[in-house]
Amino acid sequence: MKPHRLFARNRNHDMPGWEFILPSLALMSLIGLPILALVWRSVNIDILSFAISESAVNALKLSLITSTISVLISLITGTPLAYIQAHWKFRGRAFIDLLVDLPVVLPPSVAGIALLMAFGRQGTIGAWLDSFGISIPFTTTAVVMAQVFVSAPFLVRSARIGFAAIDLQLEEAAKVEGASNWHVFRHIMLPLAARALVTGVILCWTRALGEFGATLLFAGNLEGKTQTMPLAIYVGFEQGLGIALVLSLILLAVSLILLTLVRSLESHG
Amino acid sequence: MTINKSLVLLALQIVFFVNACEATGTSLVAKQGTNVVPTAVIQRDNPTNINPTQTLNVFAAASLTDAFMTIGIGFEATHPGVKVNFNFAGSQILRTQLEQGAVADIVAFADQKNMDASIADNLVAADEYQDFATNSMTIILPPGNPGTVSNIKDLARPGLKLVVADASVPAGEYARQVLTNLSKDPANGPDFNSKVMANLVSNETDVRQVVTKVELGEADAGIVYASDAIAAQELITIPIPDQFNVVAHYPIAILSHSPNRNLASAFVEYVASPSGQAIMSEWGFTPVHKP
Repeated sequence: MKPHRLFARNRNHDMPGWEFILPSLALMSLIGLPILALVWRSVNIDILSFAISESAVNALKLSLITSTISVLISLITGTPLAYIQAHWKFRGRAFIDLLVDLPVVLPPSVAGIALLMAFGRQGTIGAWLDSFGISIPFTTTAVVMAQVFVSAPFLVRSARIGFAAIDLQLEEAAKVEGASNWHVFRHIMLPLAARALVTGVILCWTRALGEFGATLLFAGNLEGKTQTMPLAIYVGFEQGLGIALVLSLILLAVSLILLTLVRSLESHG
Repeated sequence: MTINKSLVLLALQIVFFVNACEATGTSLVAKQGTNVVPTAVIQRDNPTNINPTQTLNVFAAASLTDAFMTIGIGFEATHPGVKVNFNFAGSQILRTQLEQGAVADIVAFADQKNMDASIADNLVAADEYQDFATNSMTIILPPGNPGTVSNIKDLARPGLKLVVADASVPAGEYARQVLTNLSKDPANGPDFNSKVMANLVSNETDVRQVVTKVELGEADAGIVYASDAIAAQELITIPIPDQFNVVAHYPIAILSHSPNRNLASAFVEYVASPSGQAIMSEWGFTPVHKP
């Protein structure tokens, strides 16, 4: 079949040639085949018995709770930060932009070590906290901190783009009417950037759910306390494929749903 | 319009990054990379032969890291033109990698269970393995002893932070065995095991992670191999009496699909030789063949 048949509905009547299609197919197979294989291999196993096993349920519960808390913290702290970044020009803004984007490109293991160096019992801040009897590593708090570290930047980036796209004249008009910065933010900026914020929340949540490296290093691995789904998958993998496959399937399904949500948010309106 | 475009771009970026991050976290390849001293260290140019002609791939338990690195250097020195590559990981991970088709010449596990399973999967011929060393468990404390642990009984003190390896790796199973054995000591009391397990703050994915957490002072105590305590000298150790300790057997085997069987058997011989056994002993293992 010639390419133009496949792409007949392209409105420009301009089709990509095989030189575009073949490399694309190669990449798509690399991503698609392992996902298909994961689903295929799970068909034969007794999914339900693994899914309701105690460690799977504990991991699922912990993942849902911690990632939700992480998203809330990211939302409360990240939205104002994104607003500042999008709205004001000041010395050092480039530095803030860089700092906030850093966790996005940083390997999570580096994040884990950095968190330990700061909040570990012998860490810069951790040693001081320890003198008050507060110890963060190996706690659920550590799980949330690791998740916020790696996932909040996704929310901030999205929110920043949302705020930056709003027409400044709207704000000027509001100011002329006597609105304060807070009023402008609350009644004009937030509603207009709502879609970008929701996108940010979903991406942030997906990332928090998938967090592994920083959690393992900073929070350790204890069922019901710090063993989130990705950790349970890893440990499960060492014990036998069954539980690892089932938990992988659940995370895959959740990720697909969330990504589909993001896409539909972007295409409508 | 601009907002939509930017968001699509952002989403694309994020999909990429999430995958990238996941890869560093969960894949086996990354696992090899994080826990292992880079193989480049032992791939030194051999003085007698600038172009190595043969490469030997050795899969070895994480606890063998230091000892086998030294053995690799020794083997390369006595076998000009040979390069030894190591893949160190938890025994369970190694076996899974081999089951999934990883090609290697030699495998050395930290327990018999994984060797038996490898034989069952035809990865190793039934009569092709031998024990080359044994190891025992010991208690380690961070420098400065923040938990003020002075004896084994202190492990049961409420509020103490203990880390061990996960039950799925040999070191984790041995640690649990030792704790069960210690409960039989009247000095510790029958509820010793449950009290100690209540202090458990993390099941690390391999024994080297336990050492690191204790070295950093994040945990007050850990249970690791005696050889790990040798490798990390600044740690304080509390020995576990022989009658409560375990003897961990380390079997080594040439893999059925090894592309370099002759070289592989030379390596196994080297490990069992007096010089190989001396290296094992130097790193805290008990050699099977007395050097």
